Amino acid sequence: MRKLLFESLIKPVLTETQPDPDLAMCAELATALGQSARQRLGRSLAIREIDAGSCNGCELEIHALNNAFYDIERFGLRFVASPRHADVLLVTGPVTRNMREALERTYNATPAPKWVVAVGDCAADGGCFAGSYAVVGGVAAVVPVDLHIGGCPPSPETLLKGLLALIQDAAHGSASSP
Amino acid sequence: MPSLIEALAGAAPSNGHYPWPRRVVDERTWSVLVGQLGEGRWTLAGLWGDAGAVHMALLDTGRGELAVATLACPDGRFPSIARHHAPAHRLERTISELFGLEPVGDPDDRRWLDHGRWGVRHPLGACSEADGEGASYAFLAAEGEGLHQIAVGPVHAGTIEPGHFRFTANGETVVRLEERLGYAHKGVESLMAGASLERAAHLAARTSGDSTVAYSIAYSRAVEAALGIEVPERAHWLRALMAEFERIANHLGDFGAVCNDAAFALMHAHTAVLRERVLRLSKSCFGHRLMMDKIMPGGVAVDLDGSGAEDIRSLLATIRETFPQLIDLYDETASLQDRTVGTGTLTHALAHQYGCGGYIGRASGRSFDTRRDFAYPPYDSLRFDVPLFQDGDVNARVWVRIREVEQSLGLIDQILSGMPPGEISVAPRPTGKISEGVSLVEGFRGDILCWLRLDSGGAVARCHLRDPSWFQWPLLEAVIEGNIVADFPLCNKSFNCSYSGHDL
Ligand code: SF4
Repeated sequence: MRKLLFESLIKPVLTETQPDPDLAMCAELATALGQSARQRLGRSLAIREIDAGSCNGCELEIHALNNAFYDIERFGLRFVASPRHADVLLVTGPVTRNMREALERTYNATPAPKWVVAVGDCAADGGCFAGSYAVVGGVAAVVPVDLHIGGCPPSPETLLKGLLALIQDAAHGSASSP
Repeated sequence: MPSLIEALAGAAPSNGHYPWPRRVVDERTWSVLVGQLGEGRWTLAGLWGDAGAVHMALLDTGRGELAVATLACPDGRFPSIARHHAPAHRLERTISELFGLEPVGDPDDRRWLDHGRWGVRHPLGACSEADGEGASYAFLAAEGEGLHQIAVGPVHAGTIEPGHFRFTANGETVVRLEERLGYAHKGVESLMAGASLERAAHLAARTSGDSTVAYSIAYSRAVEAALGIEVPERAHWLRALMAEFERIANHLGDFGAVCNDAAFALMHAHTAVLRERVLRLSKSCFGHRLMMDKIMPGGVAVDLDGSGAEDIRSLLATIRETFPQLIDLYDETASLQDRTVGTGTLTHALAHQYGCGGYIGRASGRSFDTRRDFAYPPYDSLRFDVPLFQDGDVNARVWVRIREVEQSLGLIDQILSGMPPGEISVAPRPTGKISEGVSLVEGFRGDILCWLRLDSGGAVARCHLRDPSWFQWPLLEAVIEGNIVADFPLCNKSFNCSYSGHDL
């Protein structure tokens, strides 16, 4: 183990430079974040992930955010285990009828101010599962959504851009915000 | 001893069924087959409903034979299989709630995927409206002094899929675990019915995102069997290349994640880097990090160019250099071994009875791999070992995964050097007849069964996809018994069953 740790000290850093936050997403967010929220959050967001019925592809890419290349925690973003500790709910999948109540209850258990980010094409409108007897639809059909991050699944870079847009807006506000 | 197909004395269906036979049997033959299943003569590979009938896929693993038995259910009933063969349990409950066909004598009549929330009953059979208010679920009782219950999920503490676990514990020791699944049920099979080949391919690829390549191969092979399509040789090799990429990426990720659940984060940090490198290479070679939608009936969507092959070789070299250090680290860290050795032991008998595939079965001495035992191209011309361990604990499952990564690296070498030139796809054409196809494909998690019937216009009439998890989830309940609650994440991660693939 010592050798491995030592090598990690002398090898070049893997972590990549920060991608620019997505402008379109910034605009979507500008309306979503109020001044008071920005003051309370500062530059740190606690994220709670909820799989509302995904195929698990989106989860794999959310996991990747923690690896050394993306290292999401350097931006003050971290995943927490309970909705009661969360500022942001990151919701994937078409919301299945069997998960609808669990999603509602998790949302209700999250203290305000809170934001919901819908991750993946399924979370937008049910994606390729829309129309099934077992699917309600996108996340917005069940809880209010502040930001959509599209893709099937969205790459970690796309996820990071969206989340950075969220944190930037949370910290500084933007021109069009109230 | 009669072979599987001899045991299936019955009429062949009027539509062709390829490449393995299907027979419509009478109730007596059905019962004999079920009895033999219970005795361990055959392995249950699938059990699914159809309009007015149930189908059962059986394997003779020793001879490498597969056959499908069909029982017509004109009065909406069929004799329970689960009564004689426990692995059929959840499959049977699923048939009953999706199709409304009643398993007579089934010891458990609780609904499984249907939580009473769909607003319909029997969505694939004689569909009727229901209130959708949700039904309560009677968990099995565990009685005794000092027992308490712990309810977990469907929303978990980590970034994982939804499911509910009900533990009954005595102090720290788990006395009983009962799973309740179905939260990720999306109705994939109903969306498949009537879908074009392309749309159905899209859905198959999203049955379980971590196995998208394997599902796409399974679906494509079943379509190709039904339509009698000869896929260009090169396409087979490209498919295998993607499949081994998928296997390596998952094994690397999970190896680290198991260690992480034993609070050894260093391993996770290193394997996650390797996994990311594999995904990035998948993107640059095939255009998608998970290689979704790159395999379809008739062949593959992207070819590999010379620089792609070079990049793959250099990544193989990186993994070969780094991975052994991680293996040593695993092997030499006593605190880690202390958690994994002897934890969550699955007996050989259970693995065998359930036909438990993948690394879970192979860690408990069940030597089965469809790439070898039901070999499909190009695996029939490649050399590889199927790693086998006997201990059945978390440690053994980790070792199977480690050894399988090494085997996959060797397979990729052979694929790169042996890949024939030529076309990469042919267009599937409808035959104008109803036709059926079945396939068995080795995903990273185990064998995936795909069965389908195409209508005369070439659209999908019925498609059933059976995830390996169906025969693994129930065993997780068995292995946790007598372990401490704190070891559950470790056991669960070492199984890593698919929720979405199971719930469908
Ligand atoms: S968006 Fe794609 S990857 Fe994400 S859950 Fe839906 S199908 Fe799976």
